[in-house]
Amino acid sequence: MTLTAKDVAEILRLLESSSFDSLSLEMNGVKLNLQRGSATIAQETPVVAPASKTAAEAEPQAAPPPSRAAKPPSEAGLKDITSPLLGIFYRAPKPGEPPFVEIGAKVEKETVIGIIEVMKLMNSVRAGAHGELAEILAENGALVEYGEVLMRVRPSS
Amino acid sequence: MAIRRILIANRGEIALRVIRTCKKLGIETVLAASEADLDSLPAHLVDRTVCIGPGRSSESYLKVETIVQAALGVKAGAIHPGYGFLSERAALVRVCEQEGVTFIGPTAAQIEAVGDKLRARAEAEEAGVPTAPGGAVENVDEALVLGREIGPPLLIKAVGGGGGRGMKLVDRLEDLPSAMDMAAAEAGAAFGDARVYLERFVARGRHVEVQILGDGKGRIVHLGERDCSVQRRYQKLIEETPAPGLSAEFRRRIHHAAVQFTERLSYRSAGTVEFLVDLERDAFYFLEMNARIQVEHPVTEAVTGVDIVAEQIAIANGEGLHLQQQNVHRDGCAIECRINAEDPSRDFHPSPGRVRRAQWPSGEGIRVDTHVTSGARIPPFYDSLMAKIIVHAADRASALERMRWALAATHIEGVATNLAFHQEVLADPEFVQGGIDTSYLPRFLEKRRAVQEAHAHG
Repeated sequence: MTLTAKDVAEILRLLESSSFDSLSLEMNGVKLNLQRGSATIAQETPVVAPASKTAAEAEPQAAPPPSRAAKPPSEAGLKDITSPLLGIFYRAPKPGEPPFVEIGAKVEKETVIGIIEVMKLMNSVRAGAHGELAEILAENGALVEYGEVLMRVRPSS
Repeated sequence: MAIRRILIANRGEIALRVIRTCKKLGIETVLAASEADLDSLPAHLVDRTVCIGPGRSSESYLKVETIVQAALGVKAGAIHPGYGFLSERAALVRVCEQEGVTFIGPTAAQIEAVGDKLRARAEAEEAGVPTAPGGAVENVDEALVLGREIGPPLLIKAVGGGGGRGMKLVDRLEDLPSAMDMAAAEAGAAFGDARVYLERFVARGRHVEVQILGDGKGRIVHLGERDCSVQRRYQKLIEETPAPGLSAEFRRRIHHAAVQFTERLSYRSAGTVEFLVDLERDAFYFLEMNARIQVEHPVTEAVTGVDIVAEQIAIANGEGLHLQQQNVHRDGCAIECRINAEDPSRDFHPSPGRVRRAQWPSGEGIRVDTHVTSGARIPPFYDSLMAKIIVHAADRASALERMRWALAATHIEGVATNLAFHQEVLADPEFVQGGIDTSYLPRFLEKRRAVQEAHAHG
């Protein structure tokens, strides 16, 4: 038996009407993690915090969405390349030069796909995935936020 | 160049506080928020939010370059730093100056002058403002000479410290050499500056501070004092104005001292000069200056009717001071309680998490500054301040009564808070009488613990 979208909706409804804040379900290799609210901070209940670890050391489990919702992907299975910093995004190493990558380019994890400038300091952004560049969302010269989707890769298996 | 858009480099209630005044003034706001704050109330009420980094402050709110880049990127002409984070970081002001972004606050030089506690002490002496007996000591021998002169008990303070951080109490002169070595080592590790200085320890001192506004050209207006003596480990819990039990003459002297100190610096923007009041000796001593807006500014706003954030913006905009000293009137009494997500039964341990329900009081003479609504999350990365409840009434007794009512009308579920603890303090005869010193809260806690233990064993 597999989970259908209808099943997930039903589970969501059950969670919503229950007194629980999160639900983890694992069946036939499918993992479902659901949490109330939009932000997902790991440390929900203060009482479980071990005395040896201060609250500030707790890491968030997953990133909440960036403040600007990204355009939905044009096809399933694409992998987001997100901005590691807030700054000005450049697609080329220098003005007038060709961009690092264009749609259809083969990329490796270490392939540089752009530069983010933070107060004249240039930081390179890498693809982080092996595959083919499928979408370019961020505009050259625009302010990009931390976590914003810059491009998407169609991973090679 | 009028300020049309402000980047708020802060979070929580103070971000919301700045947004409120900007809306009133017709200024656009952009919130520089960490990932953990993207769904916060300020992020919903601001004109635009930009995500500056992950939750941890060192990777978001404390990054000077990122903050200035965000301001440039969204074309904000000015940055409001709030309190904490980068608010007293001279480096931010310098980068702002280089990039043509207006910093809503003092100059870099002024931040440096008061940030170095020994230099601030020297500035106070130059301005003719009393300081506690003491001074700089380079080594143990010098410390012993000065220590004998002042007499114990002594405080060893870190030059780079402040706000209660980097201090050591020495009761006997023979303990001075070892305490001095330890204090210097700790100061070096904590502040990157091993210099320390000695001061007489005032056991029964009250913390009284004076709010000032400066135009940056030498004109200063004060907005009266606040008494912040209810402190636990140098963290203020309850603040009030006027400070109870001071004579009109004493009040005038302390106000004047704050004006003298800041006049000499040609201080720009809002600031607070903190004093230690020693009523036994009828004296006060300069403690330090905070070159920013403070958490407890609303009590001053309540009695004066001045919008301190609006004044900060006007000064930054080059409009100077709207106020004349003779036009500043202080009316009645105001008290503020800081509602923190912390558990008094577990030694005030922070209690982050999701607030299932938050119901805040309202009514005549009640103001609540908060970013916490039902369903809000208190991230574990930042301080535990949830709200400030401020009451204003004709006199202290009525203000206390109003505060008890306001606290009783407050309901928080989902996280532990110090609400009930505030009620206990407000019911304590010593606090009700007024004029307690900074040793009050530790004594109150000790008494409370003894009573609880007696109950547990009885």
